[in-house]
Amino acid sequence: MRIQGQQNFWSGVMFIVVGLLFSWFATDYQMGTAARMGPGYFPFWLGIIMAILGASLSLGALSHKAEETKVDRFDWKSIILVLGGVALFALLLKPLGLYVSLFLLVMITSYASHDFNWKVALATAIFLVVFSYVAFVKGLGLIFPLYPWFIGN
Amino acid sequence: MELFDNIMLGLSVAVTPENLAYAFLGAFLGTIIGVLPGIGPLATIAMLLPITYVLPPVAGLIMLAGIYYGSQYGGSTTAILVNLPGEISAVVTVLDGHQMAKNGRAGAALALAALGSFFAGCVATLLIAGFAPPLAEIAFKFGPAEYFSLMVLGLIGAVVLGSGSLIKAICMILLGLLLGMVGTDVNSGVARYAFNIPELQDGIDFAAVAMGVFGFAEVMRNLEQGEKAQHTTSTIGSLYPNMQEIKESWGAVVRGTAIGSVLGVLPGGGSVLAAFASYTVEKKLSKTPERFGKGHPAGVAGPESANNAGAQTSFIPMLTLGIPSNAVMALMIGAMTIHNIQPGPQVISSHPELFWGLIASMWVGNLMLVVLNLPLVGLWVKLLKIPYRILFPAILVFCSIGVYSLNYNVFDIYVTVAFGFIGYLWGKLGCEGAPLLLGLVLGPMMEENFRRALLLSRGDFMTFIERPLSATLLFLAVALVLLIAVPAIRKKRDETFEEET
Repeated sequence: MRIQGQQNFWSGVMFIVVGLLFSWFATDYQMGTAARMGPGYFPFWLGIIMAILGASLSLGALSHKAEETKVDRFDWKSIILVLGGVALFALLLKPLGLYVSLFLLVMITSYASHDFNWKVALATAIFLVVFSYVAFVKGLGLIFPLYPWFIGN
Repeated sequence: MELFDNIMLGLSVAVTPENLAYAFLGAFLGTIIGVLPGIGPLATIAMLLPITYVLPPVAGLIMLAGIYYGSQYGGSTTAILVNLPGEISAVVTVLDGHQMAKNGRAGAALALAALGSFFAGCVATLLIAGFAPPLAEIAFKFGPAEYFSLMVLGLIGAVVLGSGSLIKAICMILLGLLLGMVGTDVNSGVARYAFNIPELQDGIDFAAVAMGVFGFAEVMRNLEQGEKAQHTTSTIGSLYPNMQEIKESWGAVVRGTAIGSVLGVLPGGGSVLAAFASYTVEKKLSKTPERFGKGHPAGVAGPESANNAGAQTSFIPMLTLGIPSNAVMALMIGAMTIHNIQPGPQVISSHPELFWGLIASMWVGNLMLVVLNLPLVGLWVKLLKIPYRILFPAILVFCSIGVYSLNYNVFDIYVTVAFGFIGYLWGKLGCEGAPLLLGLVLGPMMEENFRRALLLSRGDFMTFIERPLSATLLFLAVALVLLIAVPAIRKKRDETFEEET
């Protein structure tokens, strides 16, 4: 069977799964009664309602009258470079300090651009490191680990 | 004159050098991001929200508000000069604004847009000052049942005007409400959905969610589409509109202001719908409708006044009821809560300097924006030449630093990365992030009022329909849903609205 409205179908599946998961975990908490609600009551019913609405969304998308939509391919290169670059920044912030990890963040994520040019990326990285020093470290006084662990703060 | 005294109090707060500087900074940043397509007020406010921690609450809110209405001004510059909306609310301005630019009247179009917006901003500021206090008085009479019903109406109202499937949008609200449940339950002290992760016991930070969904995911979407070169109209020409242009547009400015002011107050209204409505009205009223789309000044002045008026009056429900009418207002509520100001009707009396200072700063900010936008227009045009390969790493750097400084904890960066991926996935599935954000912010408040209402009624659900005010609000919510189910209205709605980012 072909799925007519792929976007709505898969969104519906997501709402069903997430809704049921929330409801299922809610049963771990006290439900209570309507007059004296426990912590599980509200999320349990929210999850159930979401799952029901999600199911109607998915079923509606199977109808041949549904608007035809497709789920486009994922651009994994951009995803990995952008999100990976930021996650690496988070990972390296403590051991390597703000300046080095920021520099790496800009260099790695810049590579996701269609017209990547290492000179431009280098200039951007240096500019943003200096800007962060002036605006965030000096200007706003935010507190970061600044230098790599072997140099110390 | 109480109103006069209050406005004086507001002005005395707004014109301190520090607050003037933050109003300027907000207006300035707002103009920048307004001019730049691909980055909107939502992502910017989310990015800067953590930084307002270090500012006094008034200064922080003044700056964030300035970003929002500043972006309405900046968006029109790009629309007129590049034939591309810098902000989604400037979509309509493209139609006649760019045609005027092609006819050599770019300067006049910019001036009409800025002056129209300024007029609208002044009127809307007065409306907030006049209507917010009496509305807050009414809100004091609300019990938990009324509050719950009001939030239902607000959330439903915010999505019936959105595009795409209504069920999908309601599901996104529910998902937002559920994500709002994460963290310690205030009544029982139980940590819900925390899975023994200490950071999750304080809940998911909505700034992290907003930055992931509107910042990171947007960057990835733009990269995927590939960067396009932009063609700017080089000659701006005289900034003075001629007599005929003024004559043709002043009526549109007044009507646009009225339309925008009304639509801005409604949940889900805001600036986009206001601009569309104004354009439609002007075309209907015009004796020469065939000139619309070919550079009619009213087609620029009307929608631009309307979107600025709408952007400003959308502060009314946020300031008086603590209910956000759009995602930007949801972030403003978040900004208040991080400063331990509980949004709601009591803000006016408990923090008068904040309330009136914010209102007065809007007027001051609008004045600054006229100055920023007209004589300095050449500067903004240069900004459009910055290639995206430089812009997006900067966005990522600001997001990462902003989110880290929320709690000085890298955990929040990982949360943002996760929501970046989820937001990207939602983009592929055609799910909108804005309703989710409203749900996330309102979740805990909604549960609290739901529980209290049922505690007072001893578990009787009829309390929501037995109390007349609550019943009216719920009836309105149901009526809205039914109204949208009618196909004719539905079609119109799909044509006229897109997600406000």
